[in-house]
Parts: sequence; C-alpha cells; structure tokens
Amino acid sequence: MAEYKNEFGEFAERPKVPKKLYDAKYIIGGLVVFFVVASFTLWPNLGKTVPAPQPKLDTPVIKKLAEADRKCILPASEMRAKHMQMLIDWRENVVRTKERGVATARGRDFVAPDGKVYLASLTNTCMDCHSNKAEFCDTCHNYAAVTPNCWGCHLESGQTLAEAK
Amino acid sequence: MGMDRREFIRLAGLSALLGLGGKGAFEIVRPGQALAGFQPEGKALEGKRWAMVVNMKKMDEATAAKCIEACHRVHNVPDFSAPKDPKDQLPPEIVHRTQIKWIWTEHFHNAFPGEEYEGMPENVKHMPFLVLCNHCNNPPCVRVCPTKATFQREDGIVMMDMHRCIGCRFCMAGCPFSARSFNWRDPRPYVKEVFPGQPTREIGVVEKCTFCAERLAQGLMPACVEASRGVLVFGDLADEKSEVRQTLGKYFTIRRKTHLGTNPQVYYIV
Repeated sequence: MAEYKNEFGEFAERPKVPKKLYDAKYIIGGLVVFFVVASFTLWPNLGKTVPAPQPKLDTPVIKKLAEADRKCILPASEMRAKHMQMLIDWRENVVRTKERGVATARGRDFVAPDGKVYLASLTNTCMDCHSNKAEFCDTCHNYAAVTPNCWGCHLESGQTLAEAK
Repeated sequence: MGMDRREFIRLAGLSALLGLGGKGAFEIVRPGQALAGFQPEGKALEGKRWAMVVNMKKMDEATAAKCIEACHRVHNVPDFSAPKDPKDQLPPEIVHRTQIKWIWTEHFHNAFPGEEYEGMPENVKHMPFLVLCNHCNNPPCVRVCPTKATFQREDGIVMMDMHRCIGCRFCMAGCPFSARSFNWRDPRPYVKEVFPGQPTREIGVVEKCTFCAERLAQGLMPACVEASRGVLVFGDLADEKSEVRQTLGKYFTIRRKTHLGTNPQVYYIV
C-alpha cells in the first residue's frame, strides 16, 4: 500500500471517504436536461443525409466548347482538392512579380500539365468559363461551410463576358 | 536513452541535407509537379527603372481631368460623392476626408512646398500639377510596412499586395506625398461602373497608384499616359534611347520634396 501523507505532510492513515454520489438526482437530472438542450438543434436533421452538392457546369462558355476541349486546366479531382492552393500560388506569382530581392520565377502565365498556357487570373480565367458562381462555387462552399474572402475585391465575371454583353 | 550531442548533430546535419535536396527529390517522384511552371510573359513592356515626366507646359485642367478619370475608371477607384444607390449618400465632409485618390491635382505651393517664392510667375502658381505615387527609388512606405504588403519591384515600381495589407496605415504615415489612401468603408457601392476584369478593394486596406503594372504586363502604357495624349511621358529611365530619358535630357525638370531623400521618379517640366 502506498504511503499516504495528509495535508500537513505527515504520514497518516488514508481517510475513509464513503463512495457515494451526493445529490445524485440533481446531478443526473441536470445532465439529462443539459444534453437534451444541447442536442436540441440536431434533432430535426437526425437520420437525414444532406445530398452532396452537384456544381453545375452548364454555362454558355462551357457549352460552346467542343467535347474534347471541355476540361479544366487540371484534372477535376485535382482541381477539387487543390484549387485554393493553386489560387494562392497564382496570387503570389502575379502580384509579387519581379519583387526586388526575390529569386523565384514569377509571372502571369500558368502552364498546365498538357502544355497549354493560361492567364493566372481568378476573374479573367476561372470565372470566364465558370460564370455561374452561385451554382458552381457557392454550392460546395456552403456545403463545406467555408467562406473564401476572394469576392470582397475580385469580380464574379471576367473580361470576355463583360465584352460579350 | 535519449541522444548524445554527436548523434543529435549527425541527425540534424542529415535532415538539413535532405531538406536542401527536397525539391530535387520531389522532381524525381513527380516530375514537373512541384511548381507547375510559370513563364515570363512575352508581350509585356519591360524596363529597368520606370519613370514618368509630367510636362506642365502642355498641361491644362481638361487634360488633368481626363487623366484622373481614365486612371480611376480602369482601377475601380470609388467616388464617394457619387454612390450607385442614393441611400449610400455621405455627408460632404466625410466624402472629402475619406476620399480615395490614385492621381489628382495640386497647386504649386502644395505640390512643391518650400519651393515657392515671392514674385514667381503667376501662371505657375495656378497650374494643375498632376500628382501621383512617385515610385521613389528609396521608398519609405516599403521600409515601414510590417507585412511586406508594399514592396519594390526590380523595375522600380512600388507595388501593393492587397492580400497582405492589414490596414495599419504605417505606409500612409511614411509617405511624404500623401499618395496613399485608406479604405474607410466598402468601396463597391461607390464604384459607378466596375471595370471588367479588375478587382476593387475591400474595407481596411490602403491603396495607391501602381504605375499600371497590370497594363504594362499586357504591353500597354499606363492609363493616365494614354489619356494625356503626350503630356505625360512614361518609360524606362535606364534606357538611354527611351522617350523619358530624351525628354529629361532636353528640359530641366523638378521633383517633389527631393530634400527628403526618397528619390522620386516623377519629374515635372515647369
């Protein structure tokens, strides 16, 4: 048996504390009430599944493309996973082009793996094809509860679309 | 147990070596994926030291107004006195105090304080001096920026990265030319017609003239230079054959507040 020291630091006999939950009905009752209240907002959705969003790709620009050209700059799975990182890379490369004392190559042209060159621009490249922000970007972002702050400054429709209008 | 000093140094050295070779290793595993390539652009205007000459002999109010209008239109600079929705109307003193300007006009005594003297030509006193960010060679705004949101490019342009700006306004305190404006409110409702393809700004960031870096990248001259029809001359100061260099060699020019040592790169022919 381990030696027990009392609150004065002296060796003593272990005090005998009865193993009993005092005020059990208040504590358990309180816990039940707490869990009921805390989970209250979850009940209406219990057992339901929210369907995964289906971003729409039927914009006029995409429809006009030939079947073979109807692909994004990277494979869809990669775009789905990495588009934000790619946009961040684009941002650094475009805005900080030619920064003094920074040795990395930077510029406005993005070369896709298939060799095609794109202008690295959210508004002028991405949104040219995906001109349906509400049905394309927002469906997934709302589903995943993320609010990217791109749109505080960047416009939702690109140059070619504005010219077409 | 644990690790002695020799073991630690050996491991640290090995991991440093691996770290140095990290990108190379990545290239072997997934070639071409580490930095899906960026190329230098072909048609862009290239320069070593961009500079501007304002020819005040040819400048008049109408030209100045045209330059300002062109600049503010292509960069979506808000005009707080003219909201899109009448209910966003602001009191005139707020409009004046919080205005955002990339390029504007000043009288001589404001543009060149300390340079005025008694008996100076009356017409010079009342000339509309077109003033903008001087893209100084020794920019105080870059030195004070705590996040490197404002930085100097190799071609001399003092550039803003709005994504990094935290709105501390140190740069505004640092700039002796008041070339920087702070977004005290969301500018969107006050941009009458959004210029396609160009972003606006958000509440809480500082903005200023960028010598139209995005237009230079497309091979275009800055918007104000294009609108001025020869009154403003823009080009590469490092190139002896450039128009700016020729103009500077032909006329005597003055610059704003040179005694402060910022080495401004906007020159005025008076």
